[in-house]
Amino acid sequence: MSEAIQPGAVQSEARHRVALTVNGIEHRVAVPARRLLSDCLRHDLGLTGTHVGCEHGVCGACTVLVGGVPMRSCLLLAVSMDGEQITTVEGLAGTGDTAGELSPVQQAFAECHGLQCGFCTPGFLTTITAGLADNPDPTPEQARELIGGNLCRCTGYQNIVAAVLRAAELTRERGAS
Amino acid sequence: MGEPVRRVEDRRLLTGNGRYLDDLGADAVEVAVLRSPHAHAKILDIDVTGALEVEGLLAIYTYDDLTGPLADPLPLLIPHPALTHGRTQYPLARDEVNYVGEAVAFVVAENRYLAEDAAERIVVSYEVLPPVVGITAARAAEQLVHPDVPGNVAAHLVQEVGDAAAAIAAAPHRLELDLTVERSASTPLEGRGVLARWDADAQRLRIWTSTQTSTGVRAAVAVKLGLDLGSVEVITPDVGGGFGVKIVHPWPEEVLVPMAARALGRPVKWTEDRREHFISSAHERGQQQHVEVGFDDDGRLLGLSVRFWHDHGAYIPYGLIVPIITSTQLLGPYKPGAYRVEFESLYTNTVIVTPYRGAGRPQGVYAMERTMDAIAGYLGLDRAEVRERNFIQPEEMPYDHGLIFQDGRPLVYDSGDFPASLAKLKKLVGWDDWPAYQAAARAEGRRVGIGLACYVEGTGVGPYEGGHVQVETTGKVKVATGLTSQGQGHQTAFAQIVADELGVPMSDIEVVTGDTRRFPYAVGTFASRAAVMSGSAIALAARAARAKILKVAADALEAEPGDLEIVEGRVRVKGSPGAEISLGTVAVLSNPLRYAFDEASKAATQFVVGHPDQPPVGEDDEPGIEGRDYYSPVGSTFANGMHAVIVETDPDTAEIKILRYCVVHDCGTLINPMIVEGQVHGGVAQGVGGALYERMAYDESGQLQNASFMDFLMPYVSEVPASIEIDHLETPSPLNPLGIKGAGEAGVIPSAAVFAAAISDAEGFAITSMPISPSELFELRAAHAVPGQQEGDRS
Amino acid sequence: MKPPAFDYSRPESLDEALDLLAGFGPDAKVLAGGQSLLPLLSMRLAAPSRLVDVNRLAELAYVRSGPDAVRVGALARHAAVLHDAGARDRQPLLAEALAAVAHPTIRNRGTSVGSLVHADPAAELPAVLCLLGGSVTLASTAGRRTVPAGEFFLGPLESAVRPGELAVEASFPALGARSGTAFLEVSRRHGDYAVCGVAVLVELDSDLRIATARAGYLSVAPTPLVLDLTGAAGGRAYDADYAGPESAVAALVRDAVDPEPDIHASAAYRRQLAGVLTARALGIAARRAAGAAAEVAA
Repeated sequence: MSEAIQPGAVQSEARHRVALTVNGIEHRVAVPARRLLSDCLRHDLGLTGTHVGCEHGVCGACTVLVGGVPMRSCLLLAVSMDGEQITTVEGLAGTGDTAGELSPVQQAFAECHGLQCGFCTPGFLTTITAGLADNPDPTPEQARELIGGNLCRCTGYQNIVAAVLRAAELTRERGAS
Repeated sequence: MGEPVRRVEDRRLLTGNGRYLDDLGADAVEVAVLRSPHAHAKILDIDVTGALEVEGLLAIYTYDDLTGPLADPLPLLIPHPALTHGRTQYPLARDEVNYVGEAVAFVVAENRYLAEDAAERIVVSYEVLPPVVGITAARAAEQLVHPDVPGNVAAHLVQEVGDAAAAIAAAPHRLELDLTVERSASTPLEGRGVLARWDADAQRLRIWTSTQTSTGVRAAVAVKLGLDLGSVEVITPDVGGGFGVKIVHPWPEEVLVPMAARALGRPVKWTEDRREHFISSAHERGQQQHVEVGFDDDGRLLGLSVRFWHDHGAYIPYGLIVPIITSTQLLGPYKPGAYRVEFESLYTNTVIVTPYRGAGRPQGVYAMERTMDAIAGYLGLDRAEVRERNFIQPEEMPYDHGLIFQDGRPLVYDSGDFPASLAKLKKLVGWDDWPAYQAAARAEGRRVGIGLACYVEGTGVGPYEGGHVQVETTGKVKVATGLTSQGQGHQTAFAQIVADELGVPMSDIEVVTGDTRRFPYAVGTFASRAAVMSGSAIALAARAARAKILKVAADALEAEPGDLEIVEGRVRVKGSPGAEISLGTVAVLSNPLRYAFDEASKAATQFVVGHPDQPPVGEDDEPGIEGRDYYSPVGSTFANGMHAVIVETDPDTAEIKILRYCVVHDCGTLINPMIVEGQVHGGVAQGVGGALYERMAYDESGQLQNASFMDFLMPYVSEVPASIEIDHLETPSPLNPLGIKGAGEAGVIPSAAVFAAAISDAEGFAITSMPISPSELFELRAAHAVPGQQEGDRS
Repeated sequence: MKPPAFDYSRPESLDEALDLLAGFGPDAKVLAGGQSLLPLLSMRLAAPSRLVDVNRLAELAYVRSGPDAVRVGALARHAAVLHDAGARDRQPLLAEALAAVAHPTIRNRGTSVGSLVHADPAAELPAVLCLLGGSVTLASTAGRRTVPAGEFFLGPLESAVRPGELAVEASFPALGARSGTAFLEVSRRHGDYAVCGVAVLVELDSDLRIATARAGYLSVAPTPLVLDLTGAAGGRAYDADYAGPESAVAALVRDAVDPEPDIHASAAYRRQLAGVLTARALGIAARRAAGAAAEVAA
């Protein structure tokens, strides 16, 4: 558990106490109602892995998992997320015994050169992680549909699609062993 | 080198541990910039009283608060004799604004939310003036952007080799083409951002900025803030894409943020939002072109005369680089006969125009390739055949065009085998099978077309880059170069070079880019130059370090340097197992010590090492294992490529579908083929975007109607081809030690040309204006179907 | 782009929500999915003084399919409706149209009722509701009222919801016997708002000829437009070629629509698309209707 009041706080705007469980850890913050979830994660909780590319819900860089379901954190208010379980990119790699081990999706991106500047990548990783949980064996067409709502300016998507399919493969391999 | 080594950057970036600009400065106060809502207006009054009530407000700056060099216009970065009427903006608008988005007031508050609240409450009174929007209006000059710039012309430049007009007049055949390209933009996923800390104790300024040139920002900020260069540090964080837009410097915010940090005694951070990026960073690509060409019965060029009008927006901080690149790279792989190119660079009341991946080449290639297709159509010849007949041949290299390139140096192609590239492309796409395929498709009522486009790209422009390689006493190798990274995998590629040169595992090498504390002499990352420039410099620096290593090791192992090799970080005598010494130990021994600070360093202390009859540090020597060198070529090295695309258009809905996209690409020696291929993929995707989806939609009042990702249509995965077929040629560059040429822009350069060609082939009439949407194609079909309307060639 | 400040309430029950809305009047906006509202707030194009967050009203998160209609509660996310087997069975047009709404991540949060209330003429669901002759139920402290689709969409981004009211349910009539639907749209990029879109509903007679055919449009008018195609298509066989070059259906549609141009498409192009897509969709819907009729017969 961690408590946080925004440093250098301005007091006149009403604050709402919000409890967010992020990557398995409960945080309590007091935020103005208009605080976007993206800003809350990045600046109130210091989890800067989730990135902001447009703040109008189109680019997908800010995608996190809410109860395991991908959503745009720039289109969510932190207050509205009170009590929710959120997974960000920082929560995808292994913990405990497998601490530091890249998840199959992360591993696949590294193998397939699925990232260049890395800015859009967290949004893809969360989206694909949830997508493969729903559909563990996608066809190339389904892989393209799965990443269809995320923008990337660097890679031209070719290697990202390959990474989706490779991640599915790696998940099977790890499941088998 | 040459291996598809996995990137060292990836683990960090994949686990959410990237450090992009907005991830830094948790304790910084934040900025909102109040921007002009008008394209052209006088500022009558700025009333901030309403903003002062906002709790958490720290400061508001307007032009009147700027003193000294800050009150002057921002620098004109690249002067040119032909740029007679250059104008740049003030960091905050002084009396007038010249584009929607121009910075008017700079608001600092505890956080961005409050800063925007305050900015919203500032009331600015404007007298709106008629704006100049679009090239046609700029040329007509019924209104002026700047009252002291006649005709809205900032520059007029002619380059000529031979007498083009005479050659065209005397030619057996002549054609004229009028062409247009519309604006697009780099649009990286991460916008601009600046963080500054003023250290009052040390009287030093530290700046982080999402830039493509740390040294450029440093120099500009030092001047603007009246600081010694040595008091200013610029660190480039992880950058979420640049594609050219982040080479511009200093942005107004890059001088205002440090100014505020020093004045307020607190760290200050500005991160732009997406709308700001659209309306206050930079665009590129907009031109109108007129081509006249004279040719013979075989389609050989005898004379080529090109006039074009380049829209550079409201100000011209980056000079004439883009239109100069258009002028020179238009020639591509061809011999034009006599060539004349003339351009006017025009002001409009819109966002400034500075290089975007390709930087003027796409426009030049578009003009030349549409011309080639027009010639082929006119003579009834195969489009590839016409190109082949005009190629510069490999044995004619180096080939001097007699023109001045964007680096101020002669345009001389150093290497390349254009016939071989084209042969590869024809094979890859099945060029010779096309007529049969198209005939069969037509019989089914389908409309399919194939396009072909060739380009040459001058890469690795100077003046120089440098590299520093240091072996530490731990055996780790630290490498630094001053230019920057935005996702190209420099940390990996440069480590590959050093790993080969020094014989050290990649895991022992760490590369830092874009930090003036680590390497203060640099130019920047643009023009596909990093691999060539820094790659070469780092190789040279590594070789210098290697020489030192072998010298010190030879002394320790009592052997000759020539008998030694370095394998996996250990120096040993070739063919003689047993006697070896680690690089770490070599580093220890290279620095004669008085004081041992740990166990290993005892080995280098004065009672242990040294020859009594020689000084501990030799005359031409230095302590430590360091190599520092620079690479500064006589001219650019020229990569080339050729693309082909097959499209299908829907007869009813005019939707355009890509069936195949093929690339043949020659960038010389490849450091990391995986990274090069990734660059090509990304460039092709941007090319698809620029050809079929992206444009800056300005209305007549100068409002950008699509200043968001909802309406500026960057491609998703669904819009790019499902596969990009790539084949490589490697004609190594003779100009640098590794034979490298640049690859960064290759994917995007021929896209307007190749799509225009393919759609023309599918439709049976010439496409002369790009980009093209289904709606525009539909309207063109209607225009061409009306009896009496001009039926263009199938080209 | 950060939202301006607003007050915030998060009622735990529908009654509480209605009390709040009654008290705050026109200055309050309802926050459900927020996928349309949040961008407006962040761009400061809207500045309500209060947001009433209804995401806790779990009692409204339902999709109920009955013989007459598919009823969608206010908190049913697009994704829930899209994947609801009962809904797909009762009214397949819903799933077809929903698959074209934005991208899956947006659909995970956005609500179908919210999309109706937002009343964007470029949105899919308003056109579907109008074509099917559905309705929206509005609740307030004064009680409930049900507004038929034809009276619900007043103008671009303007619905019949009054201050103090909360849309609690939308009703989409179920597919009748010997009927079929189809949905087609053309957008610039996959997932974008449509340049033009059409939903078609066809009913066949016992000879498998078209008895009635109607089409609902998005992106051609300020509110969803519904056209009766029976004049051009009635009496024709289900497997006739409706999409051929001399299509009477396409011609009827082109004459009937009067779209506006924008930066993405000219009016003439939208008109063309309306005709082409209707003709194609009609063919698909008619074939599906025949398939459904065959299933029943078998």
